[in-house]
Amino acid sequence: MSDTHAQSVAFVRDTEIPASPPPVAQTGAVRWMRENLFSTWVNALLTVAALYAIYLIGVAILPWLINGVWTTPSLTACREVLQGKVGGCFSVLTERWNQLLFGFTYPSDQYWRPGIAFLLLFAAAAPVMFFKLPRKLLIITALYPFVAYYLIWGGTILTPVFALLGFVAGYAAYARLVKGSFALGIFAAVAVAALTWWIGGMITDAVAPAQPWLEEVPSRDMGGFMLNMILGVTCLSLSIPLGILLALGRQSNLPLIKAVCVVFIEFIRGVPLITLLFVANVVLAYFLPPGTSFDLILRVIIMITLFASAYIAEVIRGGLAALPKGQYEAGDSLGLDYPQAMRLIILPQALKISIPGIVNIAVGLFKDTTLVSVISMFDLVGMIRGPILASAEWNGVYWELFGFAALLFFVVCYGISKYSQWLERQLSTGHR
Amino acid sequence: MKKSVFVGVLALAGASAGVAAAGTLDDVKARGTLNCGVVTGLVGFGAPDANGEWQGFDVAMCRALAAAVLGDPTAIQFVPTTGKTRFTALSSGEIDVLARNTTWTFSRDVDLKFDFIGVNYYDGQGFMVPKELGVTSAKDLNGATICVQTGTTTELNLADYFRKNNISYDPVPIETNAEGQQQYLAGACDAYTTDMSGLASNRATFESPGDHVLLPEIISKEPLSPLVRHGDNEWADVVRWTLNALIAAEEAGITSANIGELSAQAGDAPEINRILGTEGNLGEQLGLSADWAKNAIMAGGNYGEIFEKNIGEASPIGLARGLNAQWTDGGLLYAPPFR
Amino acid sequence: MTTYTDPEKGGFHVSQLLSDTRYRAITFQVIVFILLSLVLWRLGSNLVTNLRTAGLTFSFGFLADTAGYDVGQTLIPYSSQSSNWQAAKVGILNTLLVAVLGCITATIFGVTAGVLRLSKNWIVSRLMAAYVEAFRNVPVLIWILIIYAIMTVSLPAPSAFRGETPDSTMLAGLFAFTNRGIYIPAPIWNAGSGIVAGVFVLSIAAVFAYRAYAKKQLFDSGRLLPMGWPSLLILFVPTIAAFFLLGRPVGLDIPALRGFNFAGGIKIGAPLIALWFALSIYTGAFIAENVRAGIQAVSQGQTEAAAALGLRPGRIMSLVILPQAMRVIIPPLISQYLNLTKNSSLAIAVGYADITATLGGITLNQTGRAIECVLLLMLFYLAISLTISGLMNIYNNSVRLKER
Repeated sequence: MSDTHAQSVAFVRDTEIPASPPPVAQTGAVRWMRENLFSTWVNALLTVAALYAIYLIGVAILPWLINGVWTTPSLTACREVLQGKVGGCFSVLTERWNQLLFGFTYPSDQYWRPGIAFLLLFAAAAPVMFFKLPRKLLIITALYPFVAYYLIWGGTILTPVFALLGFVAGYAAYARLVKGSFALGIFAAVAVAALTWWIGGMITDAVAPAQPWLEEVPSRDMGGFMLNMILGVTCLSLSIPLGILLALGRQSNLPLIKAVCVVFIEFIRGVPLITLLFVANVVLAYFLPPGTSFDLILRVIIMITLFASAYIAEVIRGGLAALPKGQYEAGDSLGLDYPQAMRLIILPQALKISIPGIVNIAVGLFKDTTLVSVISMFDLVGMIRGPILASAEWNGVYWELFGFAALLFFVVCYGISKYSQWLERQLSTGHR
Repeated sequence: MKKSVFVGVLALAGASAGVAAAGTLDDVKARGTLNCGVVTGLVGFGAPDANGEWQGFDVAMCRALAAAVLGDPTAIQFVPTTGKTRFTALSSGEIDVLARNTTWTFSRDVDLKFDFIGVNYYDGQGFMVPKELGVTSAKDLNGATICVQTGTTTELNLADYFRKNNISYDPVPIETNAEGQQQYLAGACDAYTTDMSGLASNRATFESPGDHVLLPEIISKEPLSPLVRHGDNEWADVVRWTLNALIAAEEAGITSANIGELSAQAGDAPEINRILGTEGNLGEQLGLSADWAKNAIMAGGNYGEIFEKNIGEASPIGLARGLNAQWTDGGLLYAPPFR
Repeated sequence: MTTYTDPEKGGFHVSQLLSDTRYRAITFQVIVFILLSLVLWRLGSNLVTNLRTAGLTFSFGFLADTAGYDVGQTLIPYSSQSSNWQAAKVGILNTLLVAVLGCITATIFGVTAGVLRLSKNWIVSRLMAAYVEAFRNVPVLIWILIIYAIMTVSLPAPSAFRGETPDSTMLAGLFAFTNRGIYIPAPIWNAGSGIVAGVFVLSIAAVFAYRAYAKKQLFDSGRLLPMGWPSLLILFVPTIAAFFLLGRPVGLDIPALRGFNFAGGIKIGAPLIALWFALSIYTGAFIAENVRAGIQAVSQGQTEAAAALGLRPGRIMSLVILPQAMRVIIPPLISQYLNLTKNSSLAIAVGYADITATLGGITLNQTGRAIECVLLLMLFYLAISLTISGLMNIYNNSVRLKER
């Protein structure tokens, strides 16, 4: 800077002005609120209404949660503790948690068994849910049904072992013969598996120990949230293969098979699940050979499986239809026959696009398992409506119990739907 | 082959495939457990207690039967049934006997093809109302909202009674007794109607039973009876005579306290000897062991003891014997002779 | 499928049935047909044997018998002396009633929540997200039971309205909210009420005429006539004037506490309300997701183009975005309606007399005709579903044609 300059100008700033803070209305929380909450008067009105709604909900729920009583043996005792204050009697949950989770007849010293089965479920589901895990882990998934069956039902270990052996033998036969003809492979697999089960059944009957390692628990003793989980997991895993077959059948160009599949799918989708449960409960027995009767739980599993498989078939049909026609033609041009083309080219891609849809069906199916309470099964809702609300101690506890049930279902279903959204993002980056 | 595949598949899915052919008695013996249909929850008659053990008057009948047939009062699978499922469960063979305060009516006996094996409780339909309502007679209930269990005879009786008396009402249909209780206590209905025994049982579980009154009108006859499938007479005989043994035991003074002594050797009362199997071969004629009736009585005592323990005046339910006293005491219980 | 195998000359081998594509399809179908017939025959013969053993018959004669039971809420005349068929009709109408009411309110809830969830307002969009997630992830049966419990436990019993200083009072002296239902005034049609109704109908026509005129003005001269308040004026002023000029011919039957219950007015029973509200708020959460997806499917350029034309945000939504989103929204919307109708069968949990509760419940219990009742029940739902999905297919086809 020169001296002349210094004299000709009265004042020259030689340092930068420090940036002054933006106006209060344009910074931080205030700006955020202006932009997000009060940008227009309609918006402001909405904000006020929303805040009021949140306030109302908070006023209704918070004292109830904070004043909650956790340690009384009955509702009367709980009300005495509360002395007219607003508060939840959560002691019904601490008192009856075992009945809510496991039903009231599952032997209480055996609760660790379903517990372990539940934990193992995560290990079994992980390889299916996350594609990045090593494929070898799928062996755990394949073994899981047998382990879980043995843990939950107990009895002789030979039953699940022979069931597993049947599948292994069937797969071995299939693997040997599939190179010749797919149909031959399938027929041989079914025959070998059936033979193994038959022999296994006889051996089991002959040598089953009177005192098995794990005490046998009959299906009728299953209850509570465990029953919802059993029904949900079993029916879902059984209905996926069935749904694939139905979807392929519906796409088939054999008129008879197509007609059977269409009628089946449309019929099942056209009636409410509850009528199918009525069928399981009061009608199915008439269609079975005279003298046979099997468990209500098994009848219900069959009906829910059929129900879910029709919906899954529609999802997979969507996946099949979304594949470009070129994929089918590519299969044909390679000289693959129908089973090969389906197995190697079409289904892997179609199933991949169908997974989010199937997960949605899974959530719906899991929620629908509560309907079994209507046909006097003691699932979580059935336990609440039946034995617990009818007992002299807990007559009149509604919100705590229903809130607990809603919370359990919310945690599971919200988790699954978050997974579904994550999966959709994963899949959308891949090629279709 | 085909059947074994079927069985294999069932076993896989966690099934126990039971076979219930024509002879229920043989099936029960082969299976080793008795499948007994009970109510889903009616304190005093059949309800699981806090430990999940089934307790109650009807449950005791099942236990006596299991003891008579299998020698073990715990060899029972209890199948909870609702008003809707009870008859199908029986006719499909899911249960061997239904002991669920079921009214013996013509159409159930004849049209639905069941055998009612004898009345184990004489009941009648009544009404329960809150005391503060100030109602003293069922005829005052004009325009009232009434909770009633669906699928029961009470529903039909109710419609008949109000039509006959030319008064109107508003029915609230409910599925289970538990729900009825809740609706009634919440004031969603003015009155709750079911069998008097059921009303007493419900009132006993209320916080303040004194605030509720049972109206004096009894609007129907409700002979409650266990039932079995029509046509299997051997099994029906077993169930019928097990019940009769319990009733006769009370009349003859056989109790769970003195039964060990009485059955040790033949005494000088021939009927007691025949019941307890120390004389004659009544058990063999039924296809059971000689000590069948002894086992049945040991399971929970004679009829009177079962009554007192589960629903009698000393129990929370507090029912008087009334019509259900022995005929010698002015009641209707009258067991045919054991000979 | 094409094949270039030369036609066999040396006769026919059995192995060709499996290996030759010309015959394989037929072989498979024959196998399936035989298996299917065997299974069906087996089931049928089991049914016949079982029915014979049990001594039962298969007939629908019971539908003509006296039902013997009473029903709380009926739309058509019914008493305990009516036939089972009449009871079934009561149930059918009740199912349709709750389904239609539910669909209307579910759409309102769903569209509101779906649009608000995309709102720029942070709190409102979060609140709507919470609503959607909370209701979608909990079984509808639990919601029905919770709302029914709220109805029966939290609302006052009719007896609370009794006495000099009652615990509860009627809303505006017209509406009574009790745990047995909500009582609303019913109109009484006196002489001359026909004229009032006629005036009202004419007013509605006049509103449409005015709107058409306003639109024409807008297109012809670009003049924007006010829509809101003139419409309201045309709608109500003549009717109210006629009402008073004719000496108030339409009265109100106000519900009043008589005996145990409120009498007079129209009663909407607690089971109906619980079921209706639970179904519509549950289905509304699903519809909200459909609406959101539909709106997001309309490209951002449309919004920007509309904004560039100078439309206000509200008009952008109603004139540009929603009409286009409709095409994406309507098919899943219809299947939600279908789900709602099927879910209405859960009425049985709260004692609402729908078809599942009358035909599939009480009639089944009282007559023991399980097979016949369940069969009829399924056929009814199937008929509804097929009708609605048929209509949906027609709609889809018409939309698809317009698209090209």
